[in-house]
Amino acid sequence: MAAHAEELFAALADPTRWRVLNLLAERGEGTATTLAGELPVSRVAVVKHLAVLDRARLVESRRRGREVRYTVRPEPLTATARHLAAIAHEWDERLAVIKRLAEEGE
Amino acid sequence: MKIERETVIAAPVERVWEVLTGGEHVGRWFSDAGAEIDLRPGGAIVLRWTYGVGRGRIVDVDPPRRFSYRWAAIREHWGEEPDDRNSTLVEFTLAREGDGTRLRVIESGFEALEGTDEQRRRAFEDNTEGWETQLGNIREYVARVAA
Repeated sequence: MAAHAEELFAALADPTRWRVLNLLAERGEGTATTLAGELPVSRVAVVKHLAVLDRARLVESRRRGREVRYTVRPEPLTATARHLAAIAHEWDERLAVIKRLAEEGE
Repeated sequence: MKIERETVIAAPVERVWEVLTGGEHVGRWFSDAGAEIDLRPGGAIVLRWTYGVGRGRIVDVDPPRRFSYRWAAIREHWGEEPDDRNSTLVEFTLAREGDGTRLRVIESGFEALEGTDEQRRRAFEDNTEGWETQLGNIREYVARVAA
């Protein structure tokens, strides 16, 4: 599991940050200004959300002139999602066997 | 970060407890080639798979309501004594529901696991699913994460 999993999950738990991430994924890239134009929050708020996503390594930033352009870094997400989905699936299978064994024994 | 799953079983709590904690059963629902359980706090769990042996250490036993243990969830750590750096915590709770039992499992402590960069890289390279699907998956799990 990702060493920064806690940070990653905290970053994703906020609905606005989730929206920011989705917009970046849909558009390919964005700046605080373009993102604020599509969200019901201020540019300052978007900057803060981007900083949290950056710390969780979910976005990559590149300065171009006066602007900072952001793109999504999918690696932490895909790896974590896959890992968690696999573990949850394993538990579903184990619980199903426990259920069968317990009900058979009756 | 944790994973939480549950199921409702048409059998009494005592019967579910037996299946959950009895070595002959654990060797079927958890591992596939038998298991030995020293059912007391601090007791050892030996999980035998056809492809290796895993170890667990019991944390809490409160029949027939609660059972928890730590185990080295990552195969690289199998054979080691489970501790905070190489294992996760698995907690079961059993609750009476009508004539049956609601069984819940929570596995937690993934963020503390060591030696995972390689796993993460492999998982990413193996990934053939789309970005949207992954977001959907992770959102589902984020919804279950305790604050």
